[in-house]
Amino acid sequence: MNAESKYKKQDFVPDGAVKWCAGCGDFSILAQTQKVLAATGRSPDEFAFISGIGCSSRFPYYVNSYGYHTIHGRALAIATGTKIANPELSVWVAMGDGDGLAIGGNHFLHAVRRNLDMVVILMDNQIYGLTKGQFSPTSIRGQKTKTAPTGTMEDPIDPVALTLGLNGTFVARTTDRSMKQMSEILMRAYEHKGFSMVQILQNCPIFNDGAHDLATAKATRDDHTLVLEHGQKMIFGKDKDKAIVRDGFKPKVVNVADVNEAEILVHDEKDSGLGHFLAQMQGSDYPIPLGVFIERTAPTIDQEYRTSNDAEIERLGKGTLNNLLHQGETWKV
Amino acid sequence: MNDTIKIQELDQVVIRFSGDSGDGMQLTGLQFTGASAVHGNDVVTLPDFPAEIRAPAGTISGISGFQVQFGSKKVNTPGDFPDVLVAMNPAGLLANIKDLKRDGFAIIDRDTFTAANIKKAGYAEEVDPLSPEASLHKKIIAAPITSQTMAALSDFEMDKKSKERCKNFFTLGILFWLYDLSPQYTTDWLKVKFGKKPILAEANIKTMTEGMLYAQNSGFFQSQYRVNSAPTVPGTYRSLTGNEAAGIGLVAAAHLAGLKLFLGSYPITPATTILEEVAKHKNHDVKAIQMEDEIAGICSSIGAAWAGDLAVTTTSGPGVALKGEAMGLAVITEIPLVIVNVQRGGPSTGLPTKTEQSDLLQAMYGRNGESPMPVIAAKSPADCFWQAIEACRLALKYMTPVMLLTDGYLGNGSESFRIPDESELPKLTHTMVSDPEGYFPYNRDPETLARGWVKPGTPGMRNRIGGLEKDALTGAVSHDPDNHDTMVRTRQKKIDNIANDIPDLEVLQSKDGNEVLVIGWGSTYGSIRNRVAKYQKQGKPVSHAHFTHISPFPKNTLEVLRKYKKLVVAEMNLGQLSKLLAAEFPVEVIPLTKIQGRPFTEEEIELVVDTLL
Repeated sequence: MNAESKYKKQDFVPDGAVKWCAGCGDFSILAQTQKVLAATGRSPDEFAFISGIGCSSRFPYYVNSYGYHTIHGRALAIATGTKIANPELSVWVAMGDGDGLAIGGNHFLHAVRRNLDMVVILMDNQIYGLTKGQFSPTSIRGQKTKTAPTGTMEDPIDPVALTLGLNGTFVARTTDRSMKQMSEILMRAYEHKGFSMVQILQNCPIFNDGAHDLATAKATRDDHTLVLEHGQKMIFGKDKDKAIVRDGFKPKVVNVADVNEAEILVHDEKDSGLGHFLAQMQGSDYPIPLGVFIERTAPTIDQEYRTSNDAEIERLGKGTLNNLLHQGETWKV
Repeated sequence: MNDTIKIQELDQVVIRFSGDSGDGMQLTGLQFTGASAVHGNDVVTLPDFPAEIRAPAGTISGISGFQVQFGSKKVNTPGDFPDVLVAMNPAGLLANIKDLKRDGFAIIDRDTFTAANIKKAGYAEEVDPLSPEASLHKKIIAAPITSQTMAALSDFEMDKKSKERCKNFFTLGILFWLYDLSPQYTTDWLKVKFGKKPILAEANIKTMTEGMLYAQNSGFFQSQYRVNSAPTVPGTYRSLTGNEAAGIGLVAAAHLAGLKLFLGSYPITPATTILEEVAKHKNHDVKAIQMEDEIAGICSSIGAAWAGDLAVTTTSGPGVALKGEAMGLAVITEIPLVIVNVQRGGPSTGLPTKTEQSDLLQAMYGRNGESPMPVIAAKSPADCFWQAIEACRLALKYMTPVMLLTDGYLGNGSESFRIPDESELPKLTHTMVSDPEGYFPYNRDPETLARGWVKPGTPGMRNRIGGLEKDALTGAVSHDPDNHDTMVRTRQKKIDNIANDIPDLEVLQSKDGNEVLVIGWGSTYGSIRNRVAKYQKQGKPVSHAHFTHISPFPKNTLEVLRKYKKLVVAEMNLGQLSKLLAAEFPVEVIPLTKIQGRPFTEEEIELVVDTLL
């Protein structure tokens, strides 16, 4: 973070009203993002925000940078072209759970595995908001929606587990109420060279109100979330009395008092095995892990294209129109 | 030396090579074509691939074909029916003998005509494929090609299979002798190709030489033939398939525009070789990206176009269907983009390796909403180069997606391409702006109606665009009814105005009256041109007009159409251009249609036009 940034949050706030519903979790995500952008010290001209379709995909209109609001599910495919065409830009993609993981699921897989250098903010409210309340690929089994009046019959995707499964290089989860953690994660996601997937548990007050209460409400959050901090023991609970230990190949919740302290797992963001292990913490037996699961370095596809083109230019000389036209077997008449 | 052998001169010859897909027929055909082109002939080729990569050997479904027409004047097409059929096995003979001209001949590899192979090819039991009945009374030259190849290579230390693989060069040698062509082109090629395995170069050269000697001494041929060089424009030439030409044209366009080329694509027959061609040119700083699907192909290109690259996506009809929504995004955000559709037989998977022109209406209308874009079509393999540049010119100048239609026949077919001087190439302009003074995203050039192109990263010009309808000036989201009406009409007008910036429709005019105008577009050019030229030589009132620009039509279109009593529209679909012409102009047209996965023959055009004379 650049403590002496010459930019202020206000520099990233454009004219015009923000048109999300009152109480929408997207407001806090937008505000934290604008703060982080200002703190990077980079000119607003150097950011490109790209989105697909959905409530959260209005995001680019609300950030005073370059913005492209595109079509449903395709933000990552479009961002791929933008980033490869101009690796100098800081590319950010805003997406919802339906946009990014249902209609855009295929692009998500390939963007992760290519390790495109960009920040992806996945605003996960477990519902389709803009189409007014149908279930999404992250809706919990049994959730009643307009298209599942007796409850959904599908298991949800866990975006963190999915991204880890694709060898994502930066995988994090936070909530729309965890301001400090969210801004720390967003700044680290910006600084990470590679595909930074930040899942933000976000409340939709209209169609799925309270879906993330366990993780966000004051009364419940301490007992139902595990804050991952690099080098720190995995201890949680209002009274710091619960911990995570290893039980075979699965995590297990225990009382701190009942175990030898050395058994309590210590978080290590560089340990991809541990990341996968923690991704198993889904469902009511576990607290919801928040924080950075993994950060590791790997080549990014935008730089790989740059490097391989430079190598070919070095090897063959810079291509000219003349040698393009005259290459191969030619003859004179 | 047999000095009784005479040399006869011919104007043009059609040879069809056919064999198992592993027999090297494409290679043999290309080598013959190269030698003929270097000799100065005009050449046009058409490969005919099976849909399977390696269908069961010896069967008809595994036959790979390659046809070349070479001539001492412009030949325009790969020819309808072969003068010479090369059949490396019984299946090749059975599949093609009916097409062989009555006064033509087939050269077969006698060694492959075993009982088992004859059966595999699908001949009825006890039929002798070489009998006059089975060969439809056409002349067959049964040369022992495999055994002669093995004999020629008896001193070479190679395994049997490797020796056998040289047999196509024996065949090539026969043809080189027969058409009095120098084998030098192929000798040079082999030396480069097998630079690291000189024994293979030597073996193939030896086999080819033996083939030439065999042709001379076998007594099969009483005459050699010569096709003199064609009076072409002097210059440097190379042979290009349509897809290679399109790929090179796109890279050239980026040079001409001073931009970087970005090609986001996905493999699909018969378009893939454009992506492969462009991918070779990394030292031109092109980015050829194989994306995860068709939609990602076009979307990555849109993202790159937004970022300031000359962006293109290449595909075939099924891919265009998938790209429809994204094309609409390019229309409404007025982003320069070229979509190349190398058409194939449809609908659905259809005939992937065969040719058709049935995506014209899809190109015109295959998107939601009022979503106009320029549509242009290449008329020959070499023309794919020129139209790729033209598509880029329009996209950049008018800030619009442009559809370039070619097809499998053009994409895979090849012809001699005269390498243009750089001064012959158009200058490509674009609308990139970097001055924030008075800038709005939908400020338009008063003449072209194109909006300014602003690369993200440009200081002080931040803006936000998207697929929602935009205010006609500021680019802010607008749901205002009048604004939408204005924007829809403006986008249409911008495309319509391009009519002022494209060449007039030209006519190959008959001196003998305006009875019939044969109209075509795209790849039917060669067959129509050849047949109409013959009518004109015969003093018949038949003329030819061929569309390159279809959306918009050239300004003089109605003026041209009105001059003729009868308008025949020949196309490889059920009459799609006919529909467009009839809808746009107060004229009646007679559709002449064919949907067989193959180009028109001259005879098929004649069958209809004759009835109108």
